[in-house]
Amino acid sequence: MIYALCLMLIAVGLYGVVVKKNVVKIVISLAIMEYGINLLLILVGYRAGGHAPIMEPGASPAEFAAGAVDPLPQALVLTSIVIGLGVLAMMVAICIRLYERYGTFDITEMRRLRG
Amino acid sequence: MNDPHAKEGMSLIVKTVTRWLKGFLLLYGAYIVLYGHLTPGGGFAGGVIVACAFILVFLACGAGIGHRTLGRLAASELDSAGALIFTAVGALGIALGGVFFRNFIRTPPEAHFRLLSSGVIPVCNIAIGLKVGTSLFMVLAILSAVHVAVKGGRRRMVRRREDKS
Amino acid sequence: MDNLTPMFVVIPLAAGFVIPMVSRRLRAASDVFGVLVMSALAVMAAAGARRGGVYAVGDWVSPQGIPLGIEMRLDGLAALLLIAVNAIGLAAVVFSVDYMRRYTSKLRYYSLFMFMVAGMNGVVLSGDFFNLFVFMEIAAIASYALVGFGCGHEELEASFKYLVLGSVASAFILIGVAIVYNMTGTLNMAHVATRLAGQPLGRPMVLALALFLCGFGLKAALVPFHAWLPDAHPSAPAPVSAMLSGVVIKALGIYVMARLLFNVFGAGAAALAVLRGMGALSMVAGVMLAIGQWDMKRLFAYHSISQIGYVALALGLGTPLGIAGGLFHMLNHSIFKSLLFLTAGAVEYATGTRDLKRLGGLRARMPVTAGTSFVASMSIAGIPPFNGFWSKLIIVLACVQAGRHGLALAAVAVSLLTLASFLKVQRYAFFEAAKGGTEHVREAPPLMALAMVLLALLCAGTSLLALTGIASPALIDRAAQALQAGVFGLP
Repeated sequence: MIYALCLMLIAVGLYGVVVKKNVVKIVISLAIMEYGINLLLILVGYRAGGHAPIMEPGASPAEFAAGAVDPLPQALVLTSIVIGLGVLAMMVAICIRLYERYGTFDITEMRRLRG
Repeated sequence: MNDPHAKEGMSLIVKTVTRWLKGFLLLYGAYIVLYGHLTPGGGFAGGVIVACAFILVFLACGAGIGHRTLGRLAASELDSAGALIFTAVGALGIALGGVFFRNFIRTPPEAHFRLLSSGVIPVCNIAIGLKVGTSLFMVLAILSAVHVAVKGGRRRMVRRREDKS
Repeated sequence: MDNLTPMFVVIPLAAGFVIPMVSRRLRAASDVFGVLVMSALAVMAAAGARRGGVYAVGDWVSPQGIPLGIEMRLDGLAALLLIAVNAIGLAAVVFSVDYMRRYTSKLRYYSLFMFMVAGMNGVVLSGDFFNLFVFMEIAAIASYALVGFGCGHEELEASFKYLVLGSVASAFILIGVAIVYNMTGTLNMAHVATRLAGQPLGRPMVLALALFLCGFGLKAALVPFHAWLPDAHPSAPAPVSAMLSGVVIKALGIYVMARLLFNVFGAGAAALAVLRGMGALSMVAGVMLAIGQWDMKRLFAYHSISQIGYVALALGLGTPLGIAGGLFHMLNHSIFKSLLFLTAGAVEYATGTRDLKRLGGLRARMPVTAGTSFVASMSIAGIPPFNGFWSKLIIVLACVQAGRHGLALAAVAVSLLTLASFLKVQRYAFFEAAKGGTEHVREAPPLMALAMVLLALLCAGTSLLALTGIASPALIDRAAQALQAGVFGLP
């Protein structure tokens, strides 16, 4: 069920990327898509009733390993957030430059290249 | 008050609160970085908090004072330095342990859960915190500089934009 | 363990950070540093050609003795790609010393270039899914920035298009990674391969494989996903176009597809058929779209789609001869396509235009450029003494051997069309009488000429590789063996 919600979030993002004409809205859609994927990754490592994978002094390793959620997807999500940040900054910078050149955020008016 | 930048930025209340708050923010960021191997947090989270302190100054007091607190050149150098420290830790792993990123600081088991434990990880955390803090600040500073240019419609920013990294 | 392996990533990454620090103080430092680093990498890649092995970064071991952490894997295929990436990178850097003088901020250019090389080397060496993703994104972000480096109208538009499509591709790949982790509980390619071996793929894994094929197909610009390439590649500065068309689409696209299909998921008939179909489609569609182009770099960009189609088609055959031919063509294409883009850059540098209708008579004015461009054109069109002929011959033979005569015929026909469109380039740009306005045109500066001559010599040189036998050219056979070995065993 929750997985389906994640996939829906991803689908909403993809819809926005395909349909929207405004450059900034495309950027926002891509960000939504990425959050959907991050959520999916976190869910992959989730364990019902698990606790944070940080060891307290005095806890036995076996007991700890039995109760903790999987830490690896969390590390992956952190990395993917950092990458997303880089891509987002890059996209926003290009949007600003595009606005400087064309005076508009509408991609249908940016037609120097035919693809 | 004959500072040319004194009129920039937000109201006096915001500026005063920022002045009180920025030290605590930096302290908290440093705490998160340094305790990253013991509690939730680490280089990235702490670096973001450090960057937030600078960004707060930048937003509240305007770009002039913001850049006096942390110049863009200094930020760029610190950014590269953070990355190079991280690489150096990896290279020292080869020099001292024979394998890239080998943990070459051995800590005895009874030191676990103390501040000085976990081998090279705190060093890496500090390097990452440095890198993330400065580069996040640079992202905001550079994007906001271009924003002003678009609003004013002047070419004054053309030279500034070139120092984008 | 062999400490050479991580250095392929570490050196360019560190250089990317050192270059801005140093060359703010010393202006010429970025040129010298860039060329030095790339020469060192090229030498290292040549030295690594015969080595192999798995490198566990940090050598972390869990208390139970299970190795943890990141693995790097150097085998024949990775060595082949490393040689291509770093040799082409060296030529591109030598070319940029003079060429990039027209752009602002050389130090940022070199810095981004180094990140791109580091990302590609990382993708090639990475032994697990997530690091592959991370390095791919490093290379991709650097190349988005490099495409938009000129900051003109077209550049920014092309860069944005590339960025959006590239991000969607990365998103697909990340979903695929999440599914693989969920189903197998590991991200290490060798472990995933052993868990999947010996049983048919479940439905989630088929979905993951489809997502990977879409994502990496988009990065490789195979036909249903090719829309970004003809915009992005011509808009970049010439050395960057050479890198993008020459190696980025291969290291980020074709290499990963081949690795995943053959070594991790086990080459299923359906997946191979999809790869073959996409390859044949791109081969034909690319050349059809290319033949009507008048912009020199745009024409070359469409040919990249077509030639990548050859590689995908040959790999999709799945036979030993097909794999050898595909890999050989991949190496050859990276050499002659980057040479073509460099000559286009030299023409643009000297004349200020790359519109074929306005060029002409450059043969007398720019003999080195004309000569190297001729070599590259004949290579890509598959004329006998040059390398393109041998790899296309192997591919056609492999098609016939696999009993797919239609595909063989299509490959030959596409080769003829390629020849036609390159004769057009040669005629309008170099042979035809000058149309006036070319009196001031002079040969490209010596370093640019050096880079072009170097690649032209490689064009002729790699055809010697075929002398050791059509079925297994030297250097290629080890890479082909790495693919044919089937799924990875545990190290």
